[in-house]
Amino acid sequence: MPPTLTRFFQHLTGLSLLMADTAYWAVLAPFRGKRLRVDDTFKQMTLIGVGSLLICCMVMFFIGLVLAMQTAETLKKIGGLSLVGGLVAAAVMREIGPMLTAIVLAGRSGAAITAELGTMRVSEEVDALETMGLNPVHFLIVPRVLGMMFMGPCLTIVGVFVAMFGGYLIGVFNLGIEPAIYWRKSFDMLALKDIYSGMIKSVVFAGLVSNIACYFGLTVEGGAEGVGLSTTQSVVTSIVMIIASDCLLTAIFYFI
Amino acid sequence: MISSASPFNSDQPRNGPLGPDDIIAVEDLAKIYGGRRVLDGVSFRVKRGDILVIMGGSGCGKSTLLRQIIGLQHPEEGRIWIEGREITQLTEGEFNEVRKKFGVLFQSGALFNSMTVGENVALPIREHFPNQPDMTVDIMVKMKLSLVELTKFAELKPAEISGGMKKRAALARALALDPKLLFCDEPTAGLDPIRVTEFDDLTLRLCRELGVTAVVVTHDMTSAFRIATRMILLHKGKIMAEGTPDEIRANTNPLVSDFINGKAETEVREDAEGYLRAILGEDN
Ligand SMILES: Nc1ncnc2c1ncn2[C@@H]1O[C@H](COP(=O)(O)OP(=O)(O)O)[C@@H](O)[C@H]1O
Ligand SMILES: [Mg+2]
Repeated sequence: MPPTLTRFFQHLTGLSLLMADTAYWAVLAPFRGKRLRVDDTFKQMTLIGVGSLLICCMVMFFIGLVLAMQTAETLKKIGGLSLVGGLVAAAVMREIGPMLTAIVLAGRSGAAITAELGTMRVSEEVDALETMGLNPVHFLIVPRVLGMMFMGPCLTIVGVFVAMFGGYLIGVFNLGIEPAIYWRKSFDMLALKDIYSGMIKSVVFAGLVSNIACYFGLTVEGGAEGVGLSTTQSVVTSIVMIIASDCLLTAIFYFI
Repeated sequence: MISSASPFNSDQPRNGPLGPDDIIAVEDLAKIYGGRRVLDGVSFRVKRGDILVIMGGSGCGKSTLLRQIIGLQHPEEGRIWIEGREITQLTEGEFNEVRKKFGVLFQSGALFNSMTVGENVALPIREHFPNQPDMTVDIMVKMKLSLVELTKFAELKPAEISGGMKKRAALARALALDPKLLFCDEPTAGLDPIRVTEFDDLTLRLCRELGVTAVVVTHDMTSAFRIATRMILLHKGKIMAEGTPDEIRANTNPLVSDFINGKAETEVREDAEGYLRAILGEDN
């Protein structure tokens, strides 16, 4: 087997094992007397939420503008200009919101987590935890994963509204759609399924991003240089995994 | 507490090669990295109250040896006993009980940078005794910090104190649970000579006062001879010499005397190819 492939499977098993371990410490262990580290989890939520909110809003605002301009072009030709709001809302809720938010999370908070845990690994802080009998997964990973899995959907919802607002600006001030009509069409076209599928996607993406970030952080080797390398790997892997799992989830929700 | 140090204490099961005075025994330990035996047939014992210094050039396997003993890694061959328990066979839960008996001072100190010095020391106490009231924990933290003369610095973050203070804070954290055993990996690396002397004196004083047995890894000869009651010289993953400081000084093996007199190691004289061959272990 070529070494790249061996390394790929090595990472894949390592990541799966970490996810199983995280699930154990997050879900089963609290029933066996190992309390969840709630304050650490809240701290991570704040860090992740505050860290990614502004970038997330900016990105989603521009996407809202872009989508409105792009769809208006086509809709004008078929005489359905008032549908702009609905198209923006559906596209953003189903697809673009969860995905872009996850990508922002990977680039901003995921990279920060990998760098932080990687630094702790090379400065032997993770070893120190272990020798004190504190499980690193329990102590470090679970708060970060839960924090991101909670903030992912929250940021997505905020992002969706920001994008719809962006679309609204184009629709009302540039295309001359009535504000009330714009909003009504927006919400009319949003089915319940769009909302829950979007939310499920954003939870899955956040789970992937946080676990990947933690995995690459904990497995850093080779000092400060290794931390930089792992951070890049973490972001790249996250983005690929987000899009791959998006494809899978979309197929599950809309084609099967 | 007092009786546990007595050779007549019989409440603990004794097995393996541990004699009544021994606290650690290591037998035929081997660690293999990618086919290379980084540790090879290492056997020794540590007596209660000893300060055992493990010496050797960098890359000879000192840290690796320590990591096997403190359970961070598992050896490919051999067995390790700590306080009558064979640790290579234990489950994670069982090993946690052994962990409470020792403290570890890591090479870089390994203080948690996001916490203050005081919180660092409190961490193991809070985790192992979650029902202690804050007051009690605070008092215990103060006591530990006063041992290393850092009481006034409890509120500072590790980034705000000097290198020597960090090492002392890490020592306080290692001693937080009143361990019987202390492991130190290069405790004086990166300190200036005066701080090294200070830290050595501190180690000596604390080990005597608290009745702690210590295993200290170092490549600093002066420091080694200052604190050791027994010494092991490690070379390419094997024990080259073992004994009291006087016995090591009197050792006639030229490699040993070269090392303790700080003569240039062969590494410096070799070309790159020879060096690689040596570290890849092809020549032996
Ligand atoms: N994780 C690892 N993978 C492969 N080789 C390693 C690993 N850790 C240590 N080594 C090798 O083992 C040898 C001993 O390392 P170490 O115990 O850190 O030496 P020391 O502490 O004596 O300087 C070194 O040659 C090092 O390259
Ligand atoms: Mg070392």
